[in-house]
Amino acid sequence: MKKYLMAGAALLVLSACATQPEPELMPEPEPVVEVQPQIIEPEPIPEAQPLPPVVEPFVDPNLPIPGSEDDFAFQSGGEPRVFFGYDQFNLSPEAQDVLRRQANWLNIYQDATATIEGHADERGTREYNLALGARRADSVKAFLVSQGVAPNRLRTISYGKERPIDPRANEAGWSRNRNGHTNLRLGGIG
Amino acid sequence: MTTLKRIFLFLVGLCFALLLGSTASAQLEIDITKGNLDPTPIAVPDFIADSSAERDFGKKIAEVIRADLERSGLFRSLDPASFLETQTNIDYKPAFADWRVIKADALVSGRIRQESPSRILVEFRLWDIFAGEQLKGVRFATTPENWRRTAHKASDAIYEALTGETGYFDTRIVFIDERGPKINKQKRLAIMDQDGENPIYLLGGSDLVLTPRFSPSSQTITYMSYENDRPQVYLLDIETGRRELLGDFPGMTFAPQFSPNGDRLIMSMERRGNSDIYVMDLKSRSTQRLTTDPAIDVSGSFSPDGRKVVFNSDRGNSPQLYVMDADGKNVKRISFGKGRYSAPVWSPRGDKIAFVRSGGGKFGIGVMDVDGKNERILTNSYLDESPTWSPNGRVIIFSRAKQDRAGTTEIWSVDLTGQNLRKVETPGMASDPAWSPLLP
Repeated sequence: MKKYLMAGAALLVLSACATQPEPELMPEPEPVVEVQPQIIEPEPIPEAQPLPPVVEPFVDPNLPIPGSEDDFAFQSGGEPRVFFGYDQFNLSPEAQDVLRRQANWLNIYQDATATIEGHADERGTREYNLALGARRADSVKAFLVSQGVAPNRLRTISYGKERPIDPRANEAGWSRNRNGHTNLRLGGIG
Repeated sequence: MTTLKRIFLFLVGLCFALLLGSTASAQLEIDITKGNLDPTPIAVPDFIADSSAERDFGKKIAEVIRADLERSGLFRSLDPASFLETQTNIDYKPAFADWRVIKADALVSGRIRQESPSRILVEFRLWDIFAGEQLKGVRFATTPENWRRTAHKASDAIYEALTGETGYFDTRIVFIDERGPKINKQKRLAIMDQDGENPIYLLGGSDLVLTPRFSPSSQTITYMSYENDRPQVYLLDIETGRRELLGDFPGMTFAPQFSPNGDRLIMSMERRGNSDIYVMDLKSRSTQRLTTDPAIDVSGSFSPDGRKVVFNSDRGNSPQLYVMDADGKNVKRISFGKGRYSAPVWSPRGDKIAFVRSGGGKFGIGVMDVDGKNERILTNSYLDESPTWSPNGRVIIFSRAKQDRAGTTEIWSVDLTGQNLRKVETPGMASDPAWSPLLP
């Protein structure tokens, strides 16, 4: 298992606070609760007292473990996917935001690699959708590279309409299925 | 490792023998270029036999022939219970008056004889009831296991004699068998007879497999597989089970189709997100690039003379159909109707192109002349796609997906005229059909 990556990641943890992201389809946006940093004046250390032992930084047990796949998804806004318009492969401002955060994360955890999967909804024919999925995957990769992620850490693959994540045969389902999925792989290449 | 099965059964010792002769002055002629709203009534009694084992064959063979002809939409198979005459010897003329009474236009009188444990003799005469003439006489010698294919060959001979067109009953359909829920479907390469019988898996189910196509000249299939998480085009010889990755390209290769004589493969290749059309010579394995546009260029399909290619491109901002020379020159757009066009396939007769047109939330199968004229939409549903032609260019089968959460997919069939829309029996959910050439 390569779920835990030890790194100085506490700063990422403090950037937001929420409950565990749901792995289910269509997670509701979690309310963001701002946690005010509490400044506590330290007591003066009495003379001749030994220093307290070094304490591990406090980690909110409700937050994903820094450097984990869950953490990556959490930093991406719940799931590591960006969504596209019908027959589109350009990145919306929201998608670019998500990808900037993904790039930040990837720039911290340099051991991680990813396969960018391009997906299409079922409202297109199979071969055309394979080509469309390839364009979407490439859009995502190009953006991450523009944010400093080394291209050799990112592989692309198109699944066309073959791997839907939402079974609904309506706009709600189709819009979920038009996505670029940054499928993370921890622990480096190979 | 995928297990491959040797599945092709050779038709041992099959021989055509037109021994019974045929007359030229046929009066019964069916025009299959028109929509046939009035199918020709045909009587196919159980084939005459002596022993009960032979009678069993005779019954099954006649049933297959009746079903083939009925499914074509051009014939109406008369109920054997209505027959007045029971022939005991096919070498005598039938009592034409008895067949006229029940309004049969044609009669197939057949005989089956088992000559040895490994050899059966199947023969029939096709009669024009009004003219009182024999149109065709055929005898097949084959193994008992081959009775079904023999029946299909008989259907082809009957179809040919009555329509003047080559038949398509002794053919197979390769397709993608689909199992499981919509968000986690298992898709497997499979093959079955044209009537849905004898379905067999051609590959193990571990890898996603899509878009199979038959070689027009051999028992070889090309398809796309995600084996090793790399979407690439493969060849599969279904006689030997030999499977081969076609080249080692950096990007995805997909949408393969054979050239008309089977010596080349046209496919799309993706580099850095951009898909273009290439042709690979299967002997030398050299590739030639046909399109260089930064738009999507996909679904290339050769004309039967090998000189032109129809393909799908969104270079005009929406997916449309284009025709170019086989070397990539002289690109011309041919689709100008409302909506978006994709998945073109050139008819084996050369005169038509089948395609998918979508618009207004619906997808339908259509046909047009090769210059884009005379467009006709044949079907319309939530999602009709993946058209493929019967080898005689008269029937199109295609995938139909239902608008449901199960992702139900089926294979349907429609005549070139838009008539005779019917579901093709499949073992489970099924998509991406591709018709074989007429078997040798």
